[in-house]
Amino acid sequence: MKKFFSYFFLVIIAIYIITPLYVLLATTFKPLNEIGVSDMWNLPQHWSLRGIIKAFQKLLPNLKNSFYLTIPATIISAFIGSINGYVFSKVRFKGANIVFALILFGMFIPYQSVLFPLIRFLQKINLYGTITGLIIVHIVYGIPITTLIFRNYYSEVPNELVEAAYMDGAGFFKTYSKVLFPISIPAFVVVIIWQFTSIWNEFLFAVTVTSNPAKQPITVALVNLAGSQVVEWNVQMAGAIITALPTIIIYVLLGKYFIRGLLAGSVKE
Amino acid sequence: MKKKNLLIGIFVILPSIIAIAIFVYGFISWTARTSFSNWNSFSALLRGQYKFVGLRNYIRLFQDSRFQTDLWNTLFFTIFFLFGTISLGIIMAILVDKGLKGSRWFQNLFLFPMAISFVVTGTVWSWIFAPGNIPSNPQGLNLLLHKLGLDKLMWGWYTSTQTIGKFNVALIPVIIAAMWQLSGYTMAMYLAGLRGIPNDIIEAAKVDGASEWKIFWKVKMPLLTPITLSAFIILGHISLKIFDLVFAMTGSGPNFVTDVPAIYMFELTFRSNRYALGSAIAIIMLLFVAVVIIPYLVTNLRGEKR
Repeated sequence: MKKFFSYFFLVIIAIYIITPLYVLLATTFKPLNEIGVSDMWNLPQHWSLRGIIKAFQKLLPNLKNSFYLTIPATIISAFIGSINGYVFSKVRFKGANIVFALILFGMFIPYQSVLFPLIRFLQKINLYGTITGLIIVHIVYGIPITTLIFRNYYSEVPNELVEAAYMDGAGFFKTYSKVLFPISIPAFVVVIIWQFTSIWNEFLFAVTVTSNPAKQPITVALVNLAGSQVVEWNVQMAGAIITALPTIIIYVLLGKYFIRGLLAGSVKE
Repeated sequence: MKKKNLLIGIFVILPSIIAIAIFVYGFISWTARTSFSNWNSFSALLRGQYKFVGLRNYIRLFQDSRFQTDLWNTLFFTIFFLFGTISLGIIMAILVDKGLKGSRWFQNLFLFPMAISFVVTGTVWSWIFAPGNIPSNPQGLNLLLHKLGLDKLMWGWYTSTQTIGKFNVALIPVIIAAMWQLSGYTMAMYLAGLRGIPNDIIEAAKVDGASEWKIFWKVKMPLLTPITLSAFIILGHISLKIFDLVFAMTGSGPNFVTDVPAIYMFELTFRSNRYALGSAIAIIMLLFVAVVIIPYLVTNLRGEKR
């Protein structure tokens, strides 16, 4: 009986989670004439790829932009976080904790509080409205979280390991490349998933830094798709699927690390 | 040798420190400075005639009925969203943690919305909660209710201008969408906590004859207090600055029923060139978040030292 109730509630919650997914898929594969108001909850009678093809044509440039943006920003911020994490966990310098806390605070600020100066700054250095500008933004504001994750990871590594390398005459960088870096793969996986997902999904910086539709990442293009006069729901839902697909693929393939990344983002593990 | 490594170490993090100093603290003070200025048009900004107007922008905001709505919306959104997401997250965690057949499958399903952008979430839920013309031509969920013969339950969802006291009922669909996105994440936090509780504590309580219900409330929940606190802080700071979800799902809504400070800030700064007013909202948002985050950071890092 108890088991029955558990399953009952699990299924109810599952319906809540699945409903948008169902609507998304069902609408995407409907031809336009089936999108009438009255049959939104039905499965398509004639499956059509029109919606997804049209959405793909419209969003392809922005999909590319998102990859151009997300891949370098993710890789660079991961490396910066890794070397910072090394310093904050293994090099004991005075005031390290205060400096770290000041950096960490940058992770929580509402980005609205830096947005206007940021835009002015990007205009001044001629990177406003460019993907390069957005990459820089994501690298800088990614520093707190990537540093945090690597610092937590390296603090589990025994200090003796690093000390021994120093004893053997390895310098600062050699110790990093020969001792720490080779054992960092799990942390890199977590950080890369975290950064890829959050940069891919980001909207506020994207919409304010890039005003030219040709330069916009896919999240902005998706919202603009809805703004056009006639709402073609099949195209829009297809657009939502295309936008979500890369991060869903990561989630499906690397679920375990995805969850670890999520939890690392909550400061304390 | 040690001293040399220390110097190199500091040298290595210096670029990050400088970047954060400029991009976080420098820009925040720049925004604060703008919020005390008269830059409420593009020409004022171009002329660069910076004039200090004290708290004028702030006073204007607090007298502005749209901003007052924003503050009430933030308050109610935060309360209901936190309460809803944390309760649902706990329920999900308990159910999944029972080790029933297929619970792994449910766990993965509940977590998957986290992988998705708020913009996508907003787009999809805006379609589900689209009210259509009631009662002649219902859409979305209203259509489903109509099909089930529950016509009386149809309403305007996020287009409704009804209020209960200061609470705009149009926020309900937005809260449901936000919960959809983040309850799985909350579940993951609680699962991590539940799995960290040593088994002998539970066994001891069982031997004492405590019911499952009692064990949960008297033994497990107190041990999970740090998790609950983290959940409050993380969800709370998300809710105080919520933007993309509302932007993609409803915008401000009729009579600003679903408006939030972040949306108003965006419109003031980037649509009407009222930089000083927009900056004032940004600083108010920062203060809200700081009140929650700073004590949390301080206690967390202090705790680590010991």
